[in-house]
Amino acid sequence: MTAAVHREESFIGKWIFSRDHKVIGLQYMFTSLVFLLIGFSLILLIRWQLAYPGRPIPFIGDLLPDSLAPGGIMMPDFYNSLGAMHGTIMIFLGIVPLGVGAFGNYFLPLQIGAKDMAFPTLNMSSYWVYFVGGVLMLSSFVLPGGAARAGWTSYVPLSVISSGQTTWLLAMTFLITSSLLGAINFIVTTLNLRAPGLTWSRLPLFAWAQFVTGLILLFAFPVLQAGAVLQLLDRVAQTSFYMPQGLIISGELSQRGGGGNALLWQHLFWFLAHPEVYVLLLPPMGIVAEILANGTRKPIFGYKEVAGSFCFIAVLSFMVWAHHMFVSGLKTSLSYLFMTTTMTISIPSIAILTCFLLSLKDASIRFTVPMLFSLAFLPMFGIGGLTGLPLGFTPTDVYLHDTYYVIGHFHYVVVTGTLIALFGGIYYWFPKMFGRSMNMFWGKVHFWGTIVLMNLIFFPMFIQGLAGVQRRLYDPTVQLHNLTVQPTNVLMSYASWGLLLFQVPFIVNFFWSIFKGARSEENPWQATTLEWACPSPPLPHVNFEKVPTVHRGPYEYSVPGREADFWPQNEEN
Amino acid sequence: MNPAQSNYGWGLPVAASTYADKIDRSLLILHAAMAAIFVLWAVYMAYCLVRYRKENSPKAVYSHKSTLASYTPDVLIFIFEVWLIFIVGVPIWAHIREELPAPEDATVIRVVAEQFAWLAHYPGPDGKFGRMAPSLVDYANPLGLDPQDPDAGDDVASVNEIRVPLGRPVLVTLTARDVIHSFFVPEFRTKQDAVPGMENSIWFEPVMAGRFEIGCAQLCGLGHYRMRGDIFVLPEDEYAAWMAGEQAGRRP
Repeated sequence: MTAAVHREESFIGKWIFSRDHKVIGLQYMFTSLVFLLIGFSLILLIRWQLAYPGRPIPFIGDLLPDSLAPGGIMMPDFYNSLGAMHGTIMIFLGIVPLGVGAFGNYFLPLQIGAKDMAFPTLNMSSYWVYFVGGVLMLSSFVLPGGAARAGWTSYVPLSVISSGQTTWLLAMTFLITSSLLGAINFIVTTLNLRAPGLTWSRLPLFAWAQFVTGLILLFAFPVLQAGAVLQLLDRVAQTSFYMPQGLIISGELSQRGGGGNALLWQHLFWFLAHPEVYVLLLPPMGIVAEILANGTRKPIFGYKEVAGSFCFIAVLSFMVWAHHMFVSGLKTSLSYLFMTTTMTISIPSIAILTCFLLSLKDASIRFTVPMLFSLAFLPMFGIGGLTGLPLGFTPTDVYLHDTYYVIGHFHYVVVTGTLIALFGGIYYWFPKMFGRSMNMFWGKVHFWGTIVLMNLIFFPMFIQGLAGVQRRLYDPTVQLHNLTVQPTNVLMSYASWGLLLFQVPFIVNFFWSIFKGARSEENPWQATTLEWACPSPPLPHVNFEKVPTVHRGPYEYSVPGREADFWPQNEEN
Repeated sequence: MNPAQSNYGWGLPVAASTYADKIDRSLLILHAAMAAIFVLWAVYMAYCLVRYRKENSPKAVYSHKSTLASYTPDVLIFIFEVWLIFIVGVPIWAHIREELPAPEDATVIRVVAEQFAWLAHYPGPDGKFGRMAPSLVDYANPLGLDPQDPDAGDDVASVNEIRVPLGRPVLVTLTARDVIHSFFVPEFRTKQDAVPGMENSIWFEPVMAGRFEIGCAQLCGLGHYRMRGDIFVLPEDEYAAWMAGEQAGRRP
C-alpha cells in the first residue's frame, strides 16, 4: 500500500458527495440500472394495452388512480405519457448514464492509468445534476399536469400545447447540462492524463470510444439545450418560435403572434438526437472490443480501422439528421443529400463489424459470460444496422416511416445491441469494481433468456411495420390495416413480461455477488489493459500503487515466444 | 366481412397506386441484400465459433496484419449502396415526390388535418379553391369557407371521406391547423406529414377502385389512434355523379 494521501472521510464524503471517479461511476451505475428497470416497467403496462386493447390491466390496474386508468383501463393520455416517458427514461436516464456515466467514469481513468478524472468536482456535479434531472423527470407522474405525453421526440406544436411538457423540458435541461459537464471531463482527461507511454495508437478501443463520445456530446447537446429553452419559452412565455400563425386548436383560434416554424424544432432536436444514437452505440462497441480481444486471446483485427471508424462515424453523424424528416415537408431535393450521407454512415459501422468478425478467425475462443454477450452483440447489432438501410433509403422510407419497422430497427440497435453489450461489460468488470465475481451459471441463464425473449419482442415489429402498423397507437385495432397482424402483439407482450422474469437472476446475482460472490484477484480474465494492473477494487483516489508506464499496444495476446498468452501493457518484458 | 379487409394481410398491403410497385421492388431488393449479408455474416461467425473454440484451437494465432482483403465487405456494400441510391433511388424519389402532375390533368384536393379528423376540400367545377378564414370555422362550416367569395360557391367539403376518380392522378395539398399529422395510405405506399403553417403537395394515382384506409402516422394527441379516414376510388362516371350530387345538394 502507498501512504494514505487522503484524510479519513465521512460516510457522506465517501459515498454520497464523493469526488472519486470510481464512486461516481458506481453511483451512475446503480442509478441508471434503477431507471432502466423503471423505463422497462412502463412499457410492460403499454404491452398489456397493445395485446388486449381496452381490457383492465390485471393486478396493477386497481392500483392506478382513476385519472389515469379508470376501472383499471388505461386512458389514451396515460398511454401517451407512458410511451414518451419510456423513451426518455431509457435513453437519457438509462442507457447513456450507464454506457458513458458509469463505465466511462469508472474505467476510462483506469484504462489510461490516471488517478482520477481531470476535474473531480465537475464530475461529482455531473452526477448530481443528472440525479436531480432524473428525479424531476420521474416526479412529473405525480405533479399537476402529469407526465409529458408528446413522445420522447416532443414534436411541436403538440408538445407546446400538451400538459406535463414543462417538467419534461426542465428535467431535460438538467440532463443535458449533466452530459455536457461529463463530456468536457472525458475529453480533457483523455487528452491530458494518459500514463507515460500511452500513445494514441496504444489507447484501448474502449477509451477511444469514450473520448469520441465525449466530443459528440459536446457538439450536439448545446443545440438541443437551445432548442429546449425556446420550447420552454413557447410554453411559459407565449412566444412563438415554433408556432406558425393561424393555429386553430380545439376550435379556438390561437392568439399567438405566429411567425414560428414547426419544422425548426425537428431540425434542432435531430441535430442532437441522431449523433445521440452513436453516443448510445460507441461505448458498447468499445466494451465489445475489450471483451472480444480477451475472449479470443488475440489482438483485435484492424485496431486502427476500428478507431478510425469511430472518428469517421462521429463526424458523419452530424450530417445525417434530416433522414428523420424525409416526409416532414423538408424540401424534397435535400433528401438526396441526406440519403447519401445516411447510406455512407453505414460503411464505418460495417467496417467495425467486419473487424470484430475477423477477430474470431484463428482465435482460441473462451465462452465466458461476458463473451456470450459480446458475441451476441455482433449479429443483433447487424440486424439493427441492416434494417436502417430501408429507412435511410428515401423511396422505402416513405412507406416505413413512423411504422413499427422504425421501432424494431432502433430497438435492435439500442437493446439487443447496446444494452446486451453493457450487460457484458457489467459481468466483465464486476470483479474489478467489487473484488468479487458474479455467478456464471446464473449469468448464462440471464443471457439465454434475455437474448431469446428480446428477439421475440423486436422481430415481430418488422412484420408489423411492413404491414403498415403505425407507432404510438393507443389501440391499433381501430384501423383496418392493423388487424391481421394484431396476434403478434400478444406474442410480443408475453415475451416482454418473460423478459422481466429473466432479469430477476441478474438483479439477485448482482447484489448477492457484491457481498457474497467468489473473491477475485487483480486480473481474473488474464487481460492486458491497464485497469487490470491495479488492485480490485482499485485504491480510493489513487487507483494504482504506482503510476504505470505503458510499453505496448492494448491487445497483446498470444504473442509468440512468450509463456503466458497475455502481455499486459505495463509489463516491462 | 368487410371487403376492404382483404387489402391487408401478413406482409405488404395490396399495391394500389401506380408507383406502389416501384417501392415494393425497392423493398424487395433491400431485404434480399440484407438477408444475404446477414446470412454470410452468420455462417462465417458460426463457422468461427466452432472451428476456433478453445477445445479445437488451444492457441490463438498472433497477428496484426490488416490485409486489404478485409476491406472487401465495405467496398462491396459501398458499391451496392451507390448503385442503389443513384440508379434505383433517385429516379423513384424524383418520380414520387418531385414530378407532380399538372393541376389541369389531376384531381386536385386540399386536405386539412386537425385533431382528429381529415377535412377534404374540393375546388368544384370552377377549379378554384374558395377563400378560407380561421375565424369562420364552425361545425356547419368545418373548413371556414368564406361565403362572400365567388370561388367558394361550388366548393365541396367532406370529413374523413375522400372520393377520387379512377384513371387520373390525384394531387393533394396537405396542411394542418393545430399540430403535425401524417397522411398515410398503406395501399398507395404514400405518406406525408401535414404541418401547420406549411403546404406540402403529394400525388398518387390509384390503379383500382375500392376503399382504402387513411391513417395518421404522426402522434397528434390522445385521439391519434382513432384519426382515420377512407379514400373511395370510384369509376369516373360514379365520381362525376357524386360530385354533381354534391353540387345539387348545395344549390337546390
